Amino acid sequence: MTVKYTEDHEWVLIEGDNATIGITEYAQNALGDIVFVEVPEAGTEFSQGDDAAVVESVKAASEVYAPISGEILEGNAALEDEPALVNTSPEGDGWFFKMTIGDAAELEDLMDEKAYKEFCEGLD
Amino acid sequence: MSDTLKTTPLHALHVELGGKMVAFAGYDMPVQYPLGILKEHLHTREACGLFDVSHMGQALLKGADVQSAIESLTPSDIKSLPIDGIRYSLLMNDEGGIRDDFMVTNRGDHLYIVVNAACKDADFAHIAASLPDHNLEILEDRALLALQGPKAAEVLNRFAPGVDQLIFMNMGEYDIAGIPCLVSRSGYTGEDGYEISVSTAQCEELARKLLAEAEVEAIGLGARDSLRLEVGLCLYGSDIDTTTSPIEGSLNWAVGKRRREEGGFPGHDVVMKHLADGVERKRVGIKPMGRAPARAHTEIADMDGNVIGEITSGGFGPSFGGPVAMGYVKTDFAKVGTEIQLIVRGKTMPAEIAKLPFVPQRYYKG
Repeated sequence: MTVKYTEDHEWVLIEGDNATIGITEYAQNALGDIVFVEVPEAGTEFSQGDDAAVVESVKAASEVYAPISGEILEGNAALEDEPALVNTSPEGDGWFFKMTIGDAAELEDLMDEKAYKEFCEGLD
Repeated sequence: MSDTLKTTPLHALHVELGGKMVAFAGYDMPVQYPLGILKEHLHTREACGLFDVSHMGQALLKGADVQSAIESLTPSDIKSLPIDGIRYSLLMNDEGGIRDDFMVTNRGDHLYIVVNAACKDADFAHIAASLPDHNLEILEDRALLALQGPKAAEVLNRFAPGVDQLIFMNMGEYDIAGIPCLVSRSGYTGEDGYEISVSTAQCEELARKLLAEAEVEAIGLGARDSLRLEVGLCLYGSDIDTTTSPIEGSLNWAVGKRRREEGGFPGHDVVMKHLADGVERKRVGIKPMGRAPARAHTEIADMDGNVIGEITSGGFGPSFGGPVAMGYVKTDFAKVGTEIQLIVRGKTMPAEIAKLPFVPQRYYKG
């Protein structure tokens, strides 16, 4: 079980052929109070970098990109009724979607935890 | 970036309080504090919030019969305004559009006016040029604080006994904790509250005293925006501008009865035509039926998909508990309850025309 990160502040939990995707603590803190989340439907195919989900805070709407190519297995239905889960548990119950890993080579583009931490420190 | 921005006298305090600073109307301002926009909004409706609105422009207009003079620029009835009464007014252009919205207080031998930050240089230049026989004194040495919410009167009365008796849209001079202030019972949140003009030198001392009270939290511009949107108040530059008439903007009440008949303000012909013949588009409240907020510039369509207008302000209403918006639609679709569609990220979203305000305004009327 490995967790990787993108420069768009998404985390990618890799479990075998599949991955779970959400936004990081850094991202939820920057966005503020989340009031709406739209997750993709199962079966939707994405290429790396496609708009996959929408997250809206009180102030603004943001896109969540597909960090890798693949097919959506499940969107987190709990976020529809309780979008604030993204604030309270961004790297747990507030996950966005699960997808297949269409091209394992794309995982090489992502950062490990140490590199992501340094990336965030460079932003502050 | 921030070295090109102006700051208010409370800038250091905002930073000390952990304010997230953003550029707004040329000022480095707190959009929120660590509490966050949602809780700041709810706290203001439940208790009391302190806002720094020192970026807004304050001025005194002096000279002979100054009430008549300002009427040459605005459709408001200022001559009937009692001493220390306040009126929401519009600075008009010749095409019947709105240059800015502003507040006028009748101080007897002069007027006290407050204009929007983004427009203040243009407004003051316009007023000074239009009224050469009068003297516009821009109050560069005054800050402006807003104390808003159902606990505002109780809190402020501790520092200025009697200030709780001031009636909505009236002004008085009070010493607050010994600091001389010009106090208005007014605001832009829909709640009871005050706007306090204080010297820049004593502004921080006053702000700290108010923030030390248990009921008071510092509130940023983010919550100021969601608070005013929920109660249906216009944001100049978004909901009204130089291309919207007061009638299109559903601000008919801001055009005085006597002024309609007598005229004598820029754009009177357009306003009268809009009153007599009706308007093609109107500002209305819009309630998205789902949970997704619809932001400014979202297209509005009828049920057949024809575009009928655009959202001008939209977001999530924390007290309303769902998305709220305002915008312009063709007048045929302006009736409350009319079903419409919003085009959000390429998809249609059901919505309906809603009565404004979304949450009731709660002012102290004596």
